[in-house]
Amino acid sequence: MKSKITRPESLKNVETHYCAGCGHGIVHRLIAEVVDELGIRERVVGVAPVGCAVLAYDYFNFDVSEAAHGRAPAVATGMKRARPDLIVFAYQGDGDLAAIGTAEIIHAANRGEGITVIFVNNGVYGMTGGQMAPTTMIGQKTETSPRGRIAESEGNPIRVAELLTQFDGVKFVERCTVSKPHNVLKARAAIKAALQIQVEGKGFGFVEILSPCPTYWGLQPRVAMKMIDERMTEVFPLGRYKNVYAQAAAR
Amino acid sequence: MGRVQQERLIIAGFGGQGIMFMGKLLCCAGMLEGRHVTYMPSYGAEVRGGTAYCNVIVSDEEIPSPVVAEPTAAIIMNTPSLIKFEPMLAKKGLIIINSALVDRPAKRRDVEPIHIPATNIADRLGNTRVANMVALGAFLAKRDVVQMQTALAAVEEMLPPYRRHLVEINRQALGEGKSFVESRSADAIWGKITRGFGFG
Amino acid sequence: MAKKSLMCGNEALSEAAIEAGCRCYFGYPITPQNEVTSYMSRRMPEVNGQFVQSESELAAINMVFGAAVVGARAITSSSSPGISLMQEGISYLAGCELPAVIVNIMRGGPGLGNIGPSQADYFQATRGGGHGDYRTIVLAPSSVQELVDHVFLAFDLADKYRNPVMILGDGVLGQMVEPVEIAGRHVARRQAKEWALTGCRGRAPNKVRSLILGENELLEHNRRLQEKYRQIEEGEMRSEAVEAGDAELLLVAYGTPSRTCRAALREFRQRRYRVGLFRPVTLWPFPSAALASAAKDARAVLVVEMSAGQLIEDVRLSLAGRAVPIDLLGKPGGEVLQGAEVDAAIEKAISMHGLKRR
Repeated sequence: MKSKITRPESLKNVETHYCAGCGHGIVHRLIAEVVDELGIRERVVGVAPVGCAVLAYDYFNFDVSEAAHGRAPAVATGMKRARPDLIVFAYQGDGDLAAIGTAEIIHAANRGEGITVIFVNNGVYGMTGGQMAPTTMIGQKTETSPRGRIAESEGNPIRVAELLTQFDGVKFVERCTVSKPHNVLKARAAIKAALQIQVEGKGFGFVEILSPCPTYWGLQPRVAMKMIDERMTEVFPLGRYKNVYAQAAAR
Repeated sequence: MGRVQQERLIIAGFGGQGIMFMGKLLCCAGMLEGRHVTYMPSYGAEVRGGTAYCNVIVSDEEIPSPVVAEPTAAIIMNTPSLIKFEPMLAKKGLIIINSALVDRPAKRRDVEPIHIPATNIADRLGNTRVANMVALGAFLAKRDVVQMQTALAAVEEMLPPYRRHLVEINRQALGEGKSFVESRSADAIWGKITRGFGFG
Repeated sequence: MAKKSLMCGNEALSEAAIEAGCRCYFGYPITPQNEVTSYMSRRMPEVNGQFVQSESELAAINMVFGAAVVGARAITSSSSPGISLMQEGISYLAGCELPAVIVNIMRGGPGLGNIGPSQADYFQATRGGGHGDYRTIVLAPSSVQELVDHVFLAFDLADKYRNPVMILGDGVLGQMVEPVEIAGRHVARRQAKEWALTGCRGRAPNKVRSLILGENELLEHNRRLQEKYRQIEEGEMRSEAVEAGDAELLLVAYGTPSRTCRAALREFRQRRYRVGLFRPVTLWPFPSAALASAAKDARAVLVVEMSAGQLIEDVRLSLAGRAVPIDLLGKPGGEVLQGAEVDAAIEKAISMHGLKRR
């Protein structure tokens, strides 16, 4: 029997360094598939974050730059402003985007930069060893919230999709997850829509993807996926928060 | 009146009096005459609400620092500027004082003051905002830093197209300032002569 | 000859960047360089360029990074506190070997300091400033015309060596107005940038990174950087010596204080004292050999700077092993150096070191 699944051209034929059960590999593949499908591999430029996905430039088979921690939206802004013909996306984790880089993401979104931001939210710092993230859930134990996150002293998880939806410059926002096959397909569609908007020159697109970190959640991969559906989506509701073109069409 | 080798000038007043314009104009005129020029505005907090001033140097030689420490001349458009800059003036320095807005004469005896009601003269011309040009005219009458006609050429160069209609009143204002000083010096000489021929 | 116009340093450097083919400016307002941001906001759209008033200097330098990565000429400008914020980005630019031009119109520090002219960021500019073993080419103009010419030079050097270049001026240089000539003065020497991320059409994908984890790989990367820095030291040292040949007292100053020193030199020469001036034009690479040769017959050296003793360290390093005394006239705190102070320091040096009239 012939395999139906082939490697997208936009993904290099290398093993990744991601832990077993990590969501990054799935998200990488989805991006690669969409880039192939849109036929933009030769004009796409990615921006890799500081965090677990820092080595994304070794996995994507197109041009990728690193960015300093949290600054990916500013770097992407510079790229897109200098070369509007390129398709520019930033790939960011929760520490990168929602802690150290809040200023950059908010202002890039508010300016309505014509870029796409893929935000992988797994509620924990992976690269540095499992510390608390701005999106860590209340009660969740991490390396730096050993008693579980306490709202009174550590604040509540930041809902970035909701936060960015309010900016007029933002044209597309969806929160999705890779917990189950049908969710993966939805995530793929969201990534495609967000990139499509950029290809059409329509503005800023944002996709938040809830993703598992079995290693620092201390769970089996399968249990971690269940955790997303049962607990994480309560704090971070899935859905398409904004799609101004669909709204315009509906009216 | 010999050509001034190096004039280090401070022009001071409050915002809206055209202080910076005066400075740039002089600088531009100096450039048109092929001399070395620098202009340095006051910048920052003091610009807002307080004294606005600028430094202009016109020189036959390369100019060291554009910042004027010991001015050879000053054009003073309001009282706070007189208080601030009179003490800094070099000995025998020229100080043009807009007597319409400055409430006291110069105190120092080792400087040369010209008290000219620049704002009143400008009002008489029909535009209070050319008081700066009246004062500049007075200055140029005393100091041959640049020629009056070069100053006029600079006015034409610096006014944007939509302000071209103001060239004429600027020219008048420069002229009024100049004749004010010239008539005063005539008076002064006449005064001396009368005293000389008097009963003393 | 093109017509000269009157411009302040900040405006002139902006127009020079455009003349040099730069179409990307990213910056955040800070005194005393605000004329750059306002000039660029007006001018860039006229030449189909990009102006972004960024949310911070952090963002500005990273926008510069982004524009540089895709092969564009990009510039940012700021003043001392803002340049501190940019240090992270400058380190990344150096690590990733990206060309960019950064202008620092220095003001008094530390902290928020004041807005007066200063040279107190000399260490920060010449020693790297950010983290890691790297160097930034540092140009130190002393007039508005030289500032313009240095903008051209900065873009060319940045492209040639794939390295950030900083133009270090003080508040006076940014604010002062002088006659200046810009159009037609720059001879473009644009280089192909095969390394840039321009989309991987017809080639293998490019990547730009400074994270280098393989065993000894970062060591090799650093050795290569150091080799590049040696090449820059060999090829790009610039300086000016004024009447240094027979000087018994050699003044050393850069930027606007060098102008004050030049005037003092003239005065003391008229009084038949053998005073000379050495002006480093590149602060990194520091023109050590040229300084040593200018100071050949000097019986004393007087370093004049608008900081508390930073330039003097490079002077000491350059003259190491020489018995010549090195004095300092340092004026920190964002206050303008006055001619009278330089004169007094020279008088003092003359009497202290027993220098005679010719």
